[in-house]
Amino acid sequence: MTVVWTGMVAVSVLFGALTGRLDAVASAALEGASAAVTLCISTAGVLCLWSGVMEIMRRCGLAEKLARAFRPLLRLLLPQACRDADTLASISANVSANLLGLGNAATPPGIRAAERMARGCGGVASDELCLLVVLNTASIQLIPATVAGVRAACGARAPFDILPAVWLASALSVTAGILAAKGMARVGLCVRRPRRQRRGAPVRRGAAL
Amino acid sequence: MKLSSLAVPLLLAGTAVYAMTRKVDVYDALTAGAGDGLTIILRILPALVGLLTAVSMFRASGAMEWLTGLCSPLLSKLGVPAELMPLMLIRPISGNGALAVGSELIRTYGADSTVGRTAAVMLGSTETTFYTIAVYYGSAGIRRTRHTIPAAITADLAGFFASALAVRIFFPG
Repeated sequence: MTVVWTGMVAVSVLFGALTGRLDAVASAALEGASAAVTLCISTAGVLCLWSGVMEIMRRCGLAEKLARAFRPLLRLLLPQACRDADTLASISANVSANLLGLGNAATPPGIRAAERMARGCGGVASDELCLLVVLNTASIQLIPATVAGVRAACGARAPFDILPAVWLASALSVTAGILAAKGMARVGLCVRRPRRQRRGAPVRRGAAL
Repeated sequence: MKLSSLAVPLLLAGTAVYAMTRKVDVYDALTAGAGDGLTIILRILPALVGLLTAVSMFRASGAMEWLTGLCSPLLSKLGVPAELMPLMLIRPISGNGALAVGSELIRTYGADSTVGRTAAVMLGSTETTFYTIAVYYGSAGIRRTRHTIPAAITADLAGFFASALAVRIFFPG
């Protein structure tokens, strides 16, 4: 990020000097900094409200219900990892927390699942571990509260009217990720050493290695 | 009364009533969650001060226009407004950076404009890919990530094009 930030500022000064807009650049710098604070304050309302609603949903067991509803689908996507009950529980907790937008709650079970799936793999990601991480890099949030807050702060008529569009885009993105991960695993892309995990081999091979 | 404007109050009331029947201290949960939201904002704010400054300077200097112009022939063929190129570049790398670029776009073009909406949908439907990969593989001790990055980037690209497509479908004209 250091490179990105410094690069942007340096390029701005360079461009401003070339186009003779250095005055505008100077005032934009100050304006941008104060805009950040204003934006955060006006975003805070919507974000806090939704964080509160999500916390209610979590406490009344909605997240666990959601997690259970996703198990059949997860068994289909990650058949080997889901043979282990603890890994399955972690993965479904990870997915349901992601759906509810509870980023802080999603990461710990996701990492627990990843650690269990990585056991005995000698630092090489298995096909299913790749897929789990790809699922986490593709957002599957039902209610993107931060973005809605920013939209509210910028005077949107209905900050949440983008939800159907977000769901459609997320669904297409996740599907593309799953297809890409499955397809690349099948053609054996990015496998060079013969030590790769064989199809059908159990994940828990810790003792054997 | 439109369905979308009913959704928010109904969801609020529905969640509260359901949680009460499950013997949850609704008000306590609400305020505790709201407090979490505040810590999120406090964590974002310092980064956003730096990043929005850089993004505003970048736009004022004319560099943003130049970048946009450079990408517009390709992107317009794919149906994505060229103004979103900076957002697509930074999205996989930095979550706060993407939030800064995205909210600057929403502010500049308007929350209900096509560019503003597409920026919001992109922010909502994609993740900070490289950060996520680093967190997961870092703690699981994975050194060879194999096809994770190409597959994740495929998902990101699909998300970007799908965002532009979804905005065109749901908000025509």
